[in-house]
Amino acid sequence: MDMLADLVFYLFAAVLLMAALGVVTVRNPVHSVLLLVLAFFSSSALFVLLGAEFLAAILVMVYMGAVAMLFLFVVMMLDIDFDLLRRGARDHLPVGIAVGGLVLFELVVLVAGVRLDPSHAHPGAGLAHSNVSEIGRVLYSTYIYPFEISSIILLVALVGAVVLTARKRSDQKRQSICEQVARTRDQAVELKKVASGQGA
Amino acid sequence: MSVLMPDVNLSLLLPEIVIAVVAMAMLLMAAWAGDQGNRSMVAVVAVSAVILAGGMTLLKGGTAAAVTTFSGLFVSDRLSSFLKILMCVATVLPLLLSWDYLKRHRLDEGEYFVLTLCALLGGMVIASSGDFIVLYLGIELMSLSVYVLAAYRRDDPASNEAGLKYFILGSMASGLMLYGISLIYGTTGSTLFSHVHHALAEGHGVGPALHAGVILVLAGLSFKIAAAPFHMWAPDVYQGAPVSVTAFMASMPKIAGFAAFYRVLIDAFAPLHHQWGPVLQLIAIVSMVVGALAAIAQSDLKRMLAYSSVGHVGYALVGFVAGTPLGYQSVLVYLSIYLFMSAGAFAVILVLDHAGIGEKIDDYRGLAQKKPSLAFLMALFMFSMAGIPPLAGFIGKLQVFMAAVQADLISLAIVGVLTSAVGAFYYLRIVKLIYFDAATDELTAPIAGMSRLVLLVAAVVVLVWGVFPSSLIHWAESSLKI
Repeated sequence: MDMLADLVFYLFAAVLLMAALGVVTVRNPVHSVLLLVLAFFSSSALFVLLGAEFLAAILVMVYMGAVAMLFLFVVMMLDIDFDLLRRGARDHLPVGIAVGGLVLFELVVLVAGVRLDPSHAHPGAGLAHSNVSEIGRVLYSTYIYPFEISSIILLVALVGAVVLTARKRSDQKRQSICEQVARTRDQAVELKKVASGQGA
Repeated sequence: MSVLMPDVNLSLLLPEIVIAVVAMAMLLMAAWAGDQGNRSMVAVVAVSAVILAGGMTLLKGGTAAAVTTFSGLFVSDRLSSFLKILMCVATVLPLLLSWDYLKRHRLDEGEYFVLTLCALLGGMVIASSGDFIVLYLGIELMSLSVYVLAAYRRDDPASNEAGLKYFILGSMASGLMLYGISLIYGTTGSTLFSHVHHALAEGHGVGPALHAGVILVLAGLSFKIAAAPFHMWAPDVYQGAPVSVTAFMASMPKIAGFAAFYRVLIDAFAPLHHQWGPVLQLIAIVSMVVGALAAIAQSDLKRMLAYSSVGHVGYALVGFVAGTPLGYQSVLVYLSIYLFMSAGAFAVILVLDHAGIGEKIDDYRGLAQKKPSLAFLMALFMFSMAGIPPLAGFIGKLQVFMAAVQADLISLAIVGVLTSAVGAFYYLRIVKLIYFDAATDELTAPIAGMSRLVLLVAAVVVLVWGVFPSSLIHWAESSLKI
């Protein structure tokens, strides 16, 4: 059983490394993001192997669900000549099938092999509580100080994002609600008498 | 379910709490005041908060033996107090001397001061860290705030470029350091400095993985203090960022980076001195050489000061390489002196920016005919940076080289002396431009009150510590006594 767990670990680790390498070497940014998703997924599988289901779930939800999708949107808004890329679509097909097949394969292995060997090197194996409550316990007691610092870092990130993006620009048109509300019917509507047959 | 609470002694964190609470309150104040509100109010609150936090640290003084709280994650001792006071000074001086600059360029929004305070908070967290996680978070808090500050002039492409460059390269350095930390955790089994120290002293986990981890952490930290060969970002960022931010960047984050070196090298890696000593020696030598040679070719004063700061970092690192009590103490002395020299030089740049003089070195031609007092002060700071007695810069270099000689690092000391002789060239070139070249235009703008105050303080400190350095040396010595 031990060997099987090791085998699964090396499989996911190898996929993770290859995917990460692909992120920076692949030409097409969309492929790059998809490979990033694969990398996230493989690392979450490694967490499952370690018995850290909570971290694995967080990784899937936050990174694959939110961050990678955000990246994908940003990449798709970039000015890329997709025609040029599409021309080689048939060449890329094997890569796409390979990536999709790998994710599918990993999913199957994961579902089938989660309980490969519960006693194998699980740091949390002997604990009475679940993963989540253990992490919560440590986070809010021993590591409360770094936890608070992280909250200030997030605040700085928030302030920074607002400072760097929200600014008044002269070439920007803004909605003025006061002006809109204060507008009377006379300012807004103009009646024109149009003689019949003269319209259009 | 019983939860084991760690020992929490919040009174040790009082200065940090003051800074954090005031920063958050200032966010609300700035939003409340709006665009038309009284902007200088926020600035006054920011400066007083930093002075308050520094004063509290000074009064508390710290105990000789380290006092820890939060199960060892937070460490308070005389060394951390010394570094925190330096950081508070390094925050207040740039804030005061950029008072008018910020107003003139409409940069004095509340957020500017909030970010400055958050950067200071990050620095204080670093100085008191007792664990790699806390150290990393402190570095991130400080860096993130400074990235945004560097890009603060949104309409200026150079400022945007500076912020982006700093951010991307800084994230890369943080990634390297995190990887190093994970290797150290993997081999020693703990992220606590004291546990790592204990494990290393007993020879646990010493091997290639640990050595790689130590080197990665050193590389990440060297990036943060802009030591060569991790200095590539410094000239562009110094040049592109607003001058007020450059003045801040040249002092506070540097001191915080050295605080990280103190914590990591002494508290965690001390048993491995024979391993990181040669690595740091290489970094110190390259920094001193790059700082001396690359600065000669610069035509922009801010770029030149960036390279000069690379050189200063190299000199200060010599103290760490020595690894003796005298060496550690000489770094503290060097940093204290550098802080005032740098504040003084940037004060002159900011005052002249008000008078419409650019940041090119050629713009300083004949300054002595236009503004004799300002020219004298600039010459004073340049002489001090070049390390000419009887100014404070000489004392800093003397201390560092004495430590190197005492630790049998004669060749390192010789390289240091040679590079400072080469480096003196470009400092003296500025003095020559100021005094012996003819002025091209008239200059009439007055010197603002706040800048005058900072200039006066910096000049007095540089002179007094140059002639009577014993008080500073004694203070640094007592901070390191265990």
